Amino acid sequence: MTEMYPVLTDNISRRNRTNIRFRYLVIAGSVITVIPIFLIVGNLAVKGFRQINLAFFTKPAPDTFQAMMAASSGEIIPGGIANGLTGSLLMVVLASLFAIPLGLMTGIYIYENSSLKYARFIRNLTEILQGVPSIILGIIAYIWIVKNITRGYSALAGSVSLAIMMLPLIIRSTEETMRMIPVSIREAAFALGTPYYKMIYKILIPVSFSGLATGVLLALSRILGETAPLMLTALGSPAISLDVTRPVSAVPLLIWDFYNDPNMVSLVWSASLFLMVFVLSMNLLARSVASKHKYI
Amino acid sequence: MSGDRVTKVLLFISSLTILLLSAGIVISLFGGALPAFREFGFRFIISSAWNPTAGSEEYGAMSFIAGTVITSILALIICIPMAFSTSLFIAEYYNGTRTSGILRSLVDLLAGIPSIVYGFWGFYALRPLMVATGLTDQGFGVFTASLVLAIMIVPYATSLSAEIISMVPAELKEAAYSLGATRREVIFSVVIPSARSGIIASFILALGRALGETMAVTMLIGNANVIPKGLFAPGNTMASVIANQFGEASGLKMSALIAIGLLLFLITALVNYLGKLIIKRFA
Repeated sequence: MTEMYPVLTDNISRRNRTNIRFRYLVIAGSVITVIPIFLIVGNLAVKGFRQINLAFFTKPAPDTFQAMMAASSGEIIPGGIANGLTGSLLMVVLASLFAIPLGLMTGIYIYENSSLKYARFIRNLTEILQGVPSIILGIIAYIWIVKNITRGYSALAGSVSLAIMMLPLIIRSTEETMRMIPVSIREAAFALGTPYYKMIYKILIPVSFSGLATGVLLALSRILGETAPLMLTALGSPAISLDVTRPVSAVPLLIWDFYNDPNMVSLVWSASLFLMVFVLSMNLLARSVASKHKYI
Repeated sequence: MSGDRVTKVLLFISSLTILLLSAGIVISLFGGALPAFREFGFRFIISSAWNPTAGSEEYGAMSFIAGTVITSILALIICIPMAFSTSLFIAEYYNGTRTSGILRSLVDLLAGIPSIVYGFWGFYALRPLMVATGLTDQGFGVFTASLVLAIMIVPYATSLSAEIISMVPAELKEAAYSLGATRREVIFSVVIPSARSGIIASFILALGRALGETMAVTMLIGNANVIPKGLFAPGNTMASVIANQFGEASGLKMSALIAIGLLLFLITALVNYLGKLIIKRFA
């Protein structure tokens, strides 16, 4: 504030000019920031569109020879990402079964006991867990599951790494949503003699449902695109498999495989387009749930 | 009444799993890293050797630490002007308008794009541009990786900065306006000074993101296990070397990779802690 005096005695028109110039700078900077999103979406849409057809969703990934034959004769590559879709679905469902209930309960615990030192400690741990790079969770799931339980790469290991990723996201969103509920509602419930567990599942959860749903959807959209931990755990598999003790593929893993195979280039555009559209729609859905059902 | 007890116990047990999980992660990383540290000692951190040939195996983390730190800091430097202007746009110039809402959603979308899609897009769209500049032969390298990394962390820096800028009390700004200050002067003499620590924290947290990013960097940095010789030279990061080599590793090499994971864990935890600390003191 002290440096305002010399500024104010300065030439007005020059100050106005810098003012306007700075505004343009801010607008230009903002435009530059969002240009990549248009470039990425546009690029993927144009190049990935051609390969998207029914077979893309119903057939497993082709081998490199089939792809080479198709590419050399100018046809679209046969096959699709069905093995990735089933693998992703399997692992995401398993991870959700573990992380959603546990995350909700821990979030409620932290909210209900926020005066306790222990609860605040758990909240800090959750924050640290949220910052752990996903590749490290891959190492952890490898050590715990691949090495000691399934004795080989497996869908179970993949879902454990994804679940550890989801958990802090759900805990944080649960706690933050709960904190927005007016205390008067809880007090009214208790005044009527409502038991504690009934207060939680008849009042806290229904009242904050849209907030909780948003948290879950955002967590799901995060893990759906995760690749790194799955490379260390689920590995990938050319066949459609729903066995949790065996390796499975996932859509992002397939993108990685396609990327490493020069014959599959056009398939990688389509798979990336699909993954991006899917994850972004989930993201948008989460945000629309959040904005439509603002509590009270 | 017993229902209450059961509920409370259940909630407590679920909170315990977080404790066990965190402890388990730290113990497993230390346990896995132990053979490498026992073999190489402190030299593991400062050495840049990476030789997996059986018999003369030698591993050091320095090339990867350097790669991670250089790409992340460069990404942060590129990200600062973008995130700074975007957050001013959202929270100051067009605060509360439709335009600001649209820009905010677009920036949020950037955060939603999966890392591997960024990497792939960078490989096919950005890399040829880098080759066209003539600065690199292949287009791979620290700068290409940092550029994509910068785009990836912009949303994190922006959303937090914008939130903090919008929290600056209107009275303070109005007082400056009433003294005849222009908007730019209000921004630099009122808004930024009073939101400074929050803005810094948002950039530190964005840095924390950049440090652990794996796929996009792996696809663009060139994967050379050396300390990068320049901004356009290839290198490797801690996360990338794990992603690239973990699958075929065993024995001492696996332990070395887990040790790199442990170091990465410690670095990101430290950076995130610093950011959270500043935020908490600000709030």
